[in-house]
Amino acid sequence: MGAGHSHPLYVHAHSATHLLPPEVKVAATVAFVCAVAVTPREARWAFAVHAACAAAAAAVSHVPPRFVLRRLLVVVPFIAFAVLIPFVGSGERVDVLGVAVSREGLWGAWNVVAKAILGATASILLAATTEVPRMLTGMSRLRVPAVLTAIASFMVRYLEVIAGELGRMRTAMAARGYAPRWLWQARPVATSAGALFIRSYERGERVHAAMLARGYSGTMPEIGVPRATRRHWMTAAALPAVAWSATVVALAGPA
Amino acid sequence: MHAPDGFLNAGTAVTTGVLSMGAVGASLRHMRTALADRQVPLAGLAAAFIFAAQMFNFPVAAGTTGHLLGGALAAILLGPATGAVVVTVVVVVQALAFADGGLTALGYNVLNMAIVTAFGGYGIFVLLRRVLPDDATGVVAATGLAAGLSVPLSAAAFAVEWLFGASAPVPFDTVFGAMVGVHLLIGVGEGLISAVAVGAVLAARPDLVYGARDLDRAQLTTRRRVGMRPFVIGAVLVALLFAAVVSQFAAPDPDGLERVAEDQGFITSAEDHVLASGPFADYATAGLRNESVSLAVAGVTGVVISLLVGLGIVTVVRDRGGRRSPDADRERRTAGTA
Repeated sequence: MGAGHSHPLYVHAHSATHLLPPEVKVAATVAFVCAVAVTPREARWAFAVHAACAAAAAAVSHVPPRFVLRRLLVVVPFIAFAVLIPFVGSGERVDVLGVAVSREGLWGAWNVVAKAILGATASILLAATTEVPRMLTGMSRLRVPAVLTAIASFMVRYLEVIAGELGRMRTAMAARGYAPRWLWQARPVATSAGALFIRSYERGERVHAAMLARGYSGTMPEIGVPRATRRHWMTAAALPAVAWSATVVALAGPA
Repeated sequence: MHAPDGFLNAGTAVTTGVLSMGAVGASLRHMRTALADRQVPLAGLAAAFIFAAQMFNFPVAAGTTGHLLGGALAAILLGPATGAVVVTVVVVVQALAFADGGLTALGYNVLNMAIVTAFGGYGIFVLLRRVLPDDATGVVAATGLAAGLSVPLSAAAFAVEWLFGASAPVPFDTVFGAMVGVHLLIGVGEGLISAVAVGAVLAARPDLVYGARDLDRAQLTTRRRVGMRPFVIGAVLVALLFAAVVSQFAAPDPDGLERVAEDQGFITSAEDHVLASGPFADYATAGLRNESVSLAVAGVTGVVISLLVGLGIVTVVRDRGGRRSPDADRERRTAGTA
């Protein structure tokens, strides 16, 4: 297929992580992110362990660090919010560079920033080593309702088509001199959103008819994705296990 | 609005996760009866549309652009149950494949961005349809207001969750004021684009607008064209007015007594020791400046959100028996294109 594919974060490689079955990778990522999320914020050493795990995963996966850093930009708005916390937060004040900020707020900001960055890194590594359709196969093997994963895989499959149609509409509008600057000039954009909905829905009807013609019985067949063995599970469990041990020690120990 | 991991505490993440799963499960069951085996391709394409709609930049002011969120739009076009499922799929895929929003944050992200906007937005839509004229213009106006209000409603839901599961000691009223204030303005664009989009669908394929199923041919052809400019300016002014009122909650100065208590560090320590072991160990209440007012606002907000979401759900359940025959569909389609 020559058309664009929506794997915006996928990094083509043949690393050990790329070859793992998708359900193992999804489960491992979720386990790791949960370990990060419940780590008490005072246990700074535990966050260092988590960061080391994430770095190890990135190294094993042959995902360039610069790629991960660039993609981490999605959490910037929340980091901006986190930076404000010490200033608007309440509680005991401490002086940082001559400005009185809330001690609780500093901890809160640290908590949000550390967890957001670690969580996003894990998600980025998952997406970088797993194509979206495989990820959805993995999710349905993890007992996510088949209807949901089937809808999601349709969405992913047709996203490029719909986005391409959107792009052609904008090109056509621009070619006719449409260069809006204010919200009250948005009517053409909005009516084309309506037109795009009708086109998407009617395409859905045609796709359904085509599927029925090919013997669609209500469930999608699964093709060509390797099943997970015990060894795969053991390999993938290594890093989340390290992260969880750090979290458990941090939770048990004096914070 | 795609909150990252660790933004709210674990108890809140689990609670909202359970709520979201329940709502999505019920919506899936309802969708199965409504769409049968068409549900996968139709909902899949609708989800691709919502995903694309979120890339849809529209002009805001002086050349800056904003984009749609699409929860209320999906609910009005497809019905709240299908709309909620479709937006949920979008949010989950964004978290998995685009690393946009944390995996452990999916519970509250889905609740705020899919469940509250779809069911809450549809609840507002149903209420407005009662008072607005029973024709195409009424549907378009109700869509605009419902979609516009669904955005601050989602922000308010986030603020209420913050009250229970804050990860930092920013008081509820500050978060509520800032979130709802900002999102009222964002809502103006969302409402306007959604309204015009639904108007365009009503003109071409009225049978595809779930929220207008009760209209007949004559009602569908009654359309008034409204000038956009006075409408936009009016909406922005009203939103600014409300934002100003709401942001009073975010007033920066603690009052005297609280200030002393803060300086002694005694509010946080006192609250911490009592609550820190509970599942809802919340710092939000620790910083309340005017506790009774804040709790009243939080309570009222929670009740309003629940009522609207409930109304959306009740409407869906009640609509189940009343599906139209294919003949009626065809008749309405010709009415629209005529």
